[in-house]
Amino acid sequence: MRFGVVVFPGSNCDEDAVHAVRHVFTQEADYLWHKDPDLKGADVVILPGGFAHGDYLRVGAMARFSPIMAAVRAFADRGGPVLGICNGFQILLEAGMLRGAMLRNRTLKYRCEHVHLRVEVTDTPFTCAVRAGQVLRIPIGHGEGNYYAPPEELERLETNRQVVLRYTDPTGRVGDDSTDEWNPNGSVHAIAAVCNAARNVVGMMPHPERACEPLLGGEDGRAIFESIIEWFRAAERSTLPPAVGQATEPAGEPVAGL
Amino acid sequence: MRARVFVTLKPSVFDPQGQTIADALHSLGYTDVADVRQGKYFELDLATDEAAQAKQLAAEVADKVLANPVIESYRIEVGD
Repeated sequence: MRFGVVVFPGSNCDEDAVHAVRHVFTQEADYLWHKDPDLKGADVVILPGGFAHGDYLRVGAMARFSPIMAAVRAFADRGGPVLGICNGFQILLEAGMLRGAMLRNRTLKYRCEHVHLRVEVTDTPFTCAVRAGQVLRIPIGHGEGNYYAPPEELERLETNRQVVLRYTDPTGRVGDDSTDEWNPNGSVHAIAAVCNAARNVVGMMPHPERACEPLLGGEDGRAIFESIIEWFRAAERSTLPPAVGQATEPAGEPVAGL
Repeated sequence: MRARVFVTLKPSVFDPQGQTIADALHSLGYTDVADVRQGKYFELDLATDEAAQAKQLAAEVADKVLANPVIESYRIEVGD
């Protein structure tokens, strides 16, 4: 299968993602420049970590105006799987493709460390090969990962089972929101990842691409990539044609010429 | 004409920076400062002399770019 990794000016985890896809999972990966009009036939799109457009106004705020985002949005609307990692998650929130917003970490500190994550749902393309309740140990690196959604939105997310990962202790226990030492940024309901209502767009603050090889201190991030590969194989095996994988994407309307 | 845009976190949203500044002021003895909310301030120089037009343009820019409506609200003042 073919991964498309979007490169914005200021992205800095694009090479890590492409490395994991090509060398750990032996799949094809293309860099997609943010001004590209199409997705080069990608079966799955990754918005990688970094500081898109510099994050000067708000994290992720300007990336939604990049021309490629029209194609990413059209791809997602057709059911194509999209994964936003860290800054990619922030971009999906600012673009309105996921609900909620990011605040500064509760401690005001940039946190760079391994965290424990409980997998809440397995009916997304990025968690389908994982056991519900499984605890993954994956690193984070962010200053603004304090997930927030207004109370009514939060209730809707929980009711629709759109919380994909939660920060927990090593045994998978979620702590108290206000004092939780295992919640590195103060996210409401200890939320580390959410998906959209259609479940094909997932945003996560932790970096699975940094946890795919023993040399990097852990391999739990493999679960995310193995899920999407398994999801794609299952879609290929099914009698129905997969919802994604067309050779060309419609260009869409670029919003602005950043 | 100049438009001033004040962007702040909504009252319901916790402001960790404001809280830290308030704590610092308290430790300096300013115990009468009950709370602090921090935000962003933008000055826009607009190519119009019409106040209504300036306000409309500033609001459009604030809605689309300067503020995130999920967590922030804004207030606009126009005039020189």
